[in-house]
Parts: sequence; C-alpha cells; structure tokens
Amino acid sequence: MKMRDLTELAMRNLREAALRNSLTTIGIGVGVASLVAILSLGVGLQDLVSSRLTSSGLFNAVIVTSRLNARGGFGRGRGGPGGGGAFGPDDGVNTSVLPRALDEDARKDLAQIPFVVDVYPEIRINTEVRYNDTPYPTMVSGVPQSSKGTGAFDGIEGSFFSAPDAQEAILQIELAKQLAPTNPNGLIGQQISLNYAERQELAPAAAGGISGGFSVVPHQEQLRIVGIVESEPTSAGGGFGQVRLMIPLEVAEKLQAAQANDLRSVLGNGAGGPGGSNYQSLTVKVGDPTKVESVETTIKDKGFNAFSLLDASKNLSLIFSVFDAFFGSFGGLALVVASLGIVNTLVMAILERRREIGILKALGASDGDVKMLFFTEAGCMGVMGGLLGVLLGWGIGRVINFGANVYLHRQNLPGAQLTAVPIWLVALAFVISISVSLVAGLYPASRAAKLNPVEALRYE
Amino acid sequence: MTNANNGAAVRAEHVAKHYRMGDTVVRAVDDVSIEIQPGEFVAILGSSGSGKSTMMNLIAGLDRPTGGAIYALGEDLAKMDSGALAKYRSHTIGMVFQSFNLLPRMTLAENVELPLRLAEVAREERPARVKEAIERVHLTSRSGHRPTELSGGEQQRVALARALVNKPTILLADEPTGNLDSKTGDEIMALIAEINQSGVTILMVTHEQARADKYARRSIVMKDGKVVSDGGRP
Repeated sequence: MKMRDLTELAMRNLREAALRNSLTTIGIGVGVASLVAILSLGVGLQDLVSSRLTSSGLFNAVIVTSRLNARGGFGRGRGGPGGGGAFGPDDGVNTSVLPRALDEDARKDLAQIPFVVDVYPEIRINTEVRYNDTPYPTMVSGVPQSSKGTGAFDGIEGSFFSAPDAQEAILQIELAKQLAPTNPNGLIGQQISLNYAERQELAPAAAGGISGGFSVVPHQEQLRIVGIVESEPTSAGGGFGQVRLMIPLEVAEKLQAAQANDLRSVLGNGAGGPGGSNYQSLTVKVGDPTKVESVETTIKDKGFNAFSLLDASKNLSLIFSVFDAFFGSFGGLALVVASLGIVNTLVMAILERRREIGILKALGASDGDVKMLFFTEAGCMGVMGGLLGVLLGWGIGRVINFGANVYLHRQNLPGAQLTAVPIWLVALAFVISISVSLVAGLYPASRAAKLNPVEALRYE
Repeated sequence: MTNANNGAAVRAEHVAKHYRMGDTVVRAVDDVSIEIQPGEFVAILGSSGSGKSTMMNLIAGLDRPTGGAIYALGEDLAKMDSGALAKYRSHTIGMVFQSFNLLPRMTLAENVELPLRLAEVAREERPARVKEAIERVHLTSRSGHRPTELSGGEQQRVALARALVNKPTILLADEPTGNLDSKTGDEIMALIAEINQSGVTILMVTHEQARADKYARRSIVMKDGKVVSDGGRP
C-alpha cells in the first residue's frame, strides 16, 4: 500500500477510537513537553549566560600586551587603576618572533587581522564630575563605538553616543541617582562638567633636556548626558572597575588625561598613547567569537602577548551540557512511560480490530501492509504528540519566563529570557517523539501482521 | 499456465488440512481433489463442519494445506510467500462472506475503494473503477452511505462490488445468502449468476441445496472433510 493511503487509513483508524488515542497522544505530548521545557530552560540559561558574557566583552576580546614590558599583563591599561595584576602565563609564545612595541603602528597592524572589528586601549580617568555646582569624584571610562552593537548597552535609558567624537556621556544609574535622586532619568539631555588633570608634553629644553617630560594642568570639559545604564558594561573598557561615567573612546583619547603610571613612562619605556608613545595594553575585539582562538594565535605570532577567556567559555558549555543531559533524562523517562502507552493502545486496537485485519488480508493486504498500517498509526501519534509536546513545552517555557520576570521585576532587576526553543530543539523533539513512537509500535505492528486471517475473520 | 493446471482456473490435488486439538487430529479437509474450469459456477455443499469453508480458505490462500497442492491459474499456491499470496488475493480472486465483512466506519464507496488502495491502483483511476463496480450491483444512489444505513441485501451487494472492483478471475463466495431472507437471497444469487455470465469463475460455499441446484452449474458435496459427490467430476 502507498504511504498516502496508509496515512489516510491510519488517521481514520485513530479517529475511530478518538478518546483513547487522544489520551495516548497527550501522554506522548507531555513526555515531549517535559523534555522540551527542560532543554529549553538549559538552552535559555546557556544563551542568557553566554550573551551576558559576550556583551561583557570578555569572551570575544583578546587582551594584548607588549613582550617588551616585562610586567605586561591583563587590564593594566593607560589608566592603570582599573587594571589588576598579571592574568595568566603567556602560553604559546612564539620565541622565534622578535618582541614588538605596542604603539600606534602595532594598533593599526592588529586592526588588519581578519575578523578583528576593533582595537582600542583601555582608558580610565579619575575625574570630578560637577553638576549643579556640586562635585562628584568619578571614574570615567572611554567606550569604543563598537560596543554599541554588542548588547552591552541593551536596556539603556536614552541612547548611545550619537558619534564617535560626540561630547556626550552615559551615566551609570548609581551616579545618576546621586546627581538627581528624585528623577535620575531627567538628567538625559542635561550638561555636566568634567574636571580632570590634563597632561601636557614638555619640550626637552623645558624639561631640562630630558625627553618624555610633561606637566599636569587642570582642565574642564562640557558633556551632554545622552543615556543611563543599570550597570557598567565592562566591554566599555575591556576590564573591570568602578566606572560610573562613560564617554566616547575617541573623546577620552583626546583628553590627554594624566594617568597614574605616567610617572613610570617618564622613567621607563613610555606608557603614553597616541602621539608616538606606547600603550600598556590594547583590547582586540573579534567579530566572530569562534575566531578568537585563531586571532589570538595570529597576535602571538606578531610578537605580542595575548590572552582571552576562551577556555572558561568552553568549560561553561560543558557544564550546561551536563545540566541538559541530567535534567533531560527526566524528560526521557516521561517519554518511556508515554511509549508504553502507545504499546498498550495499539495492542488494544489489535484485539478490537482483529476482524478488520482479517478482512484487509482477505482483500489483498500483505503482512507488510498490516504491519505498516499499525506502524503508521504509531508514527501519526508520534507526530501529533511531538507537535503537542513542542507547543506545550514552549508554553511551559513562556510561563517560566513570565513567572521569573515577575519575580525579577519585583526585585527591581532587569528582565531576562530564561528559556529558548531554537529550531534544532523543535526538530530534535519531533525526531525523538516519532522515533519513540515507532519503536513502541514495533511490537504491536509485528503482532498484527502475524495474525492468522482465517482466525481473524472468525473473530466476533 | 503450467502443465499441472491443464487450463483449470483452480485445481486441487489430494489437498489435506489436518490440525491437532489436544490428543485428537482433526481432518478438516482430507484428500480432496477437484478441478474447476474457467467460467464455471460451482457450488460446494455440505453440512456444518464438512470442511467446505476450510477448502474455500485454502483456495483463497488465507490458509495453507498440510498436504497436497492447489493451483490457481497454473500457479502453485504452496510456492507463494505471504506477499505473493496477498497479491494473488488482491488481483486474482474476489471474496464475499456470509456476514458481509464491510468496514462499518467507511462509506459504501470507501469500502469498495479499499481493494484498490491495497492493489496500489493509481488514485486518478479509482473513482471510475468504484463507480463502475457500484453500478454493477445497482447501488449508485447509496454510495455515500455507511454499512449500518444499508439493508442486509444492500450490504452483500456492496461486498460483491468490493470483490469485483479489482476485476478478479475467480469469485469465492462463502455462504453469500446465509444472512439474507429468501427474496433478497435470490436477488444476490441472480447478481452472482450475472457476474458468472460475464466470464468470472464462481466458487460458492453453501448449505442450501435448492439455490445450488437453481444457480450453480455444478455441485460438489463434502462430508467430514472429503468430497462425497461431484456433479461435474470428469
């Protein structure tokens, strides 16, 4: 019999015992739904954590330091205060390549590497923000324009910087609450003053014949507040710190603000910035997170130290896989129970339709036709159960999301998508549902096919 | 056709069907040899338990003999596997039963279409074949009805249409009038005779001597699994 005829007959047979077959199908649906709900929670949490980590800029960023700087390490940018100590050994250092200075040429060279979307220094400046003539000591960070599309500024009140060189600022909510306790959002569009120490290069003659000397003078910059964020997106600076105000990186670089380690640059090999001096570290942003490793290798081959948090990301995936497998096994158990329901339903159907099987055989149905008919019925229940299960699992996910977001809202926390049903999960659910149903249908189908037609025709 | 067939539609040679019930061996069919020529209308008569229905099932390929051989249109049924037997039942023979054996959830037309589905006849060809079969049993106006909405005579006509839709060479009828009143039984018998006149070989199992005498051209009487008389035995 052709598949279309088999399917039509199978669907007709299923409709005949609608209640029993519906209950069996619901059983499969519940099993699939539990599997989908659990896996969607696992996938959703993994996506959530991954997206938060990705938007943090840590997992698609490579921190580059110069091998010429013996104390090179992670997060020790021009601004210094935000940086920590050394952050791991320089594994995979290609000793055959000569170390290079981390200067403007190096920055341009790094920007040419495939998949690199941005290369920028970490700039953090100790400043004093003035609003309504009240001073607020504040750490300011330079934010690259490339941070806009990373999701780091999702949920921002107001907007991101209108241009890379705009005289604009984004406040962290705590600072905004300090400036305007009753209506922090009302700050958007307001002007603030930024007082900071500007570093001015001295001519060698003025510095007693020593090159690299500088003087420090107070300077003020006017900025317009364009946005307020809940927390500091660490991608803003590529590191960690108590940044409460963010300005465009280009603006931050032009400020020529004096840094704590400027004193060291006077004495040592320089730690300045644009204008011929060296960077302490550069952050290389990679467009495709899967290319971080190859970019890191390329950077090392160019004679720099490079470090990324890629390995930590891999461990995270492993943890979530274990989580999915563990909880998925409970969903699998529900499916096993549902499959027993299919066996029971089809065995009952054989008893009830014994005479019909005899008639079919008398009319020319082969054993294979009868087997395929019962097999198709099991498959149809699997398809419908799979569909029901996916919808139900998706619905459970929505309920979990809704409940979690109500809780998060009450805790004054930003909302989050805890569950996700990607297309591969839908496909997997269908494949599992149909496979389990077909396996469950094997025994009844085989039993139906073996029925003696003469005895079946005698059956009342 | 093989030499073993000699042109016969059905040829049974020393056919036996024995089975064990406890310590007793039941000889349902015991050393039966018959030959039915194409176009014949043969009635197998006998009382209950005489083995006539068992013989019918063996000829239909629904059961396998424990001894002897059955040839249908020259093909040895014993040499056919279950798939080939199914094809034989689908294409060579048509069957009608005492209790009609229609599928109650299907309409008349759907019941008649069922053998066409099993024979994998093209979908576009089926409506005309179904219509033709239904017209042949004079039930055109009832094609959308379900079996429960039809009388016994009408149900048996549907069964006949279903048996004929695949254009079989041999029609096997097991007590086709057993569940019908006298008048309706005669109508069905007239229909079967009409089908026979179109060239279809008829093998009918019945216990009604009068009907066999009236419609069949040859009567075979069975008793205790053996043929005790064959009106057409050469």
